[in-house]
Amino acid sequence: MNASSSSSTPAASGVAATSSSTLTVLGLLAVAVLLVAPFGVYPVFLMKVMCFALFACAFNLMLGYTGLLSFGHAMFFGGSAYICAYTIKEMGFSPELGILAGVVFAAALGFVTGLLAIRRQGIYFAMVTLALAQMFFFFCLQARFTGGEDGLQSVPRRPLFGFIDITQDIHLYYLVLAIFLFGFLVIYRTIHSPFGQVMKAIRENEPRAISLGYRVNQYKLLAFVLSAALSGLAGSTKVLVFQLASLTDVAWQMSGEVILMTLVGGMGTILGPVVGAAVIVTMQNYLAGFGEWVLVIQGTIFVLAVSLFRRGIVGEIIAIAKYYGGRTGN
Amino acid sequence: MFELLGIPPQALFGQLLLGLINGAFYAMLSLGLAVIFGLLNVINFTHGAQYMMGAFGAWMLLNYLGVPFWGALVLSPIIVAIIGMVIERTLLRRLYQLDHLYGLLLTFGLALIFEGLFRRQYGSSGLPYNNPLPGGTNLGFMFLPNYRAFVVVASLVVCFATWFVIERTKLGSYLRAATERPDLVQAFGIDVPRMITLTYGFGVGLAALAGVLAAPAYQVSPTMGSNLIIVVFAVVVIGGMGSIMGAILTGFGLGVIEGLTKVFYPEASSTVIFVIMAIVLMVKPAGLFGTAK
Repeated sequence: MNASSSSSTPAASGVAATSSSTLTVLGLLAVAVLLVAPFGVYPVFLMKVMCFALFACAFNLMLGYTGLLSFGHAMFFGGSAYICAYTIKEMGFSPELGILAGVVFAAALGFVTGLLAIRRQGIYFAMVTLALAQMFFFFCLQARFTGGEDGLQSVPRRPLFGFIDITQDIHLYYLVLAIFLFGFLVIYRTIHSPFGQVMKAIRENEPRAISLGYRVNQYKLLAFVLSAALSGLAGSTKVLVFQLASLTDVAWQMSGEVILMTLVGGMGTILGPVVGAAVIVTMQNYLAGFGEWVLVIQGTIFVLAVSLFRRGIVGEIIAIAKYYGGRTGN
Repeated sequence: MFELLGIPPQALFGQLLLGLINGAFYAMLSLGLAVIFGLLNVINFTHGAQYMMGAFGAWMLLNYLGVPFWGALVLSPIIVAIIGMVIERTLLRRLYQLDHLYGLLLTFGLALIFEGLFRRQYGSSGLPYNNPLPGGTNLGFMFLPNYRAFVVVASLVVCFATWFVIERTKLGSYLRAATERPDLVQAFGIDVPRMITLTYGFGVGLAALAGVLAAPAYQVSPTMGSNLIIVVFAVVVIGGMGSIMGAILTGFGLGVIEGLTKVFYPEASSTVIFVIMAIVLMVKPAGLFGTAK
């Protein structure tokens, strides 16, 4: 997808060089804010934002950097949530092993569905992933271990590594923060690695990437598995926060929500999905009482975002910064 | 009465007929999707919502204005098509030069809006719509309800009429030409933008017509579209969007397979089409009737 303007123009590279040190400062500042945030803001809300932010970042790895729109990411998020909840609740796993089981499952599911989905491009890729996710939804609806309509409720918060108590929200908050930062750094490193460059090359011009000798399908599959595994990490972490895994997590609406977050925040930008997730989760909190209007409002945001600000919040800010940076530079 | 693999024939043929009806809806919806995609390069995610609006249109025409089913069969698709054409003119038109995915996202947003509005107004549970053709015929091996027979025949007629117009008439040749090279067709003095609007209206009208036909067969409910559209996407992936006849055959065929699955292995009936999609992707990624692109 050519949504994000390529960042390789000469005017922009200067901005990028000066801003990389500023970015480090800003990043450290953000971590500092997140460390003290739960003393001012309701920690469960912050944890929800971080779970969805990680989910959206993982999704963005596909859409924003490989140019593949997956309409089925809920299956990795929700599937991992089910596995994590089941292993902890029914099999007595500790939280870290439960999360690991969830992530491994999501990665395996990503491998299988990825093998199928990358056989088609563009619009078909979206339809194939949506259909596969719907199949997984029906599987979860019928399978016995998922608890059907009830889902898996009151998943216990056992001590982390056997000795760290996470029953208190404030303790759990720091675990979720650590997981979020870990996931975010993995994504950051991936994007800025040679592998990430190849992904961008595929996004910009797939035939050329092929002619340069890259095995495009292997890169796509690896990106898909990585994205699925990180979505699974987000889903498993969500289970610890809400102590619940349910059909909502695997339904197509969830896939739509993560697309919306990424779109609103800015696809193809590192911080976009985080901002988008914060905006959408905040909105859902305030609109919880409006019932069916939530769907209408989400749809309206979709239409507005696609029609008016395709670059998303962060994308627009970068564009404005580049515009002024370019002018002063010249 | 004979029995087949331990299944009473009434159940078998009853499910086959239901499968054919489902297949009729798959065929009409995937046909509309294919026609729209051919000319607009947009996968119309709103298609399911427009199918739902067709059904609700019939329900509203009956309950608020007293228009009977046969009137609604004509009026409701026209109304939904006009709403669709307004959407094309105001929103979709601005996205044609962009990546296809934006069209998908925009129509996805519109689908959420429509479904939300109807859920807000009518709740999530279904509303009944009286059968306009009560009664049926006993064929000896099964009881054939008149209305179900009508749905299958009507949708077959509509599908083949669409095939005939697109593949065998002058209007259809313009349409096929514009699908290949809109710029050249425009240069020959044909108003391509108007053609695009009308094509979108036609595809949407087809979805709404399927919705009206579905109203007496199932209940009218705001969520009837979103569940169906995902299956129709799988149908489109299986069939490929290159061929009109392919879309019709795939739609009916998959409906029948789904019906048979309900008889022999009910647990898999909701997933069988997705499984077939996975197999087709492995064996022939371009789809049964698609050309590799």
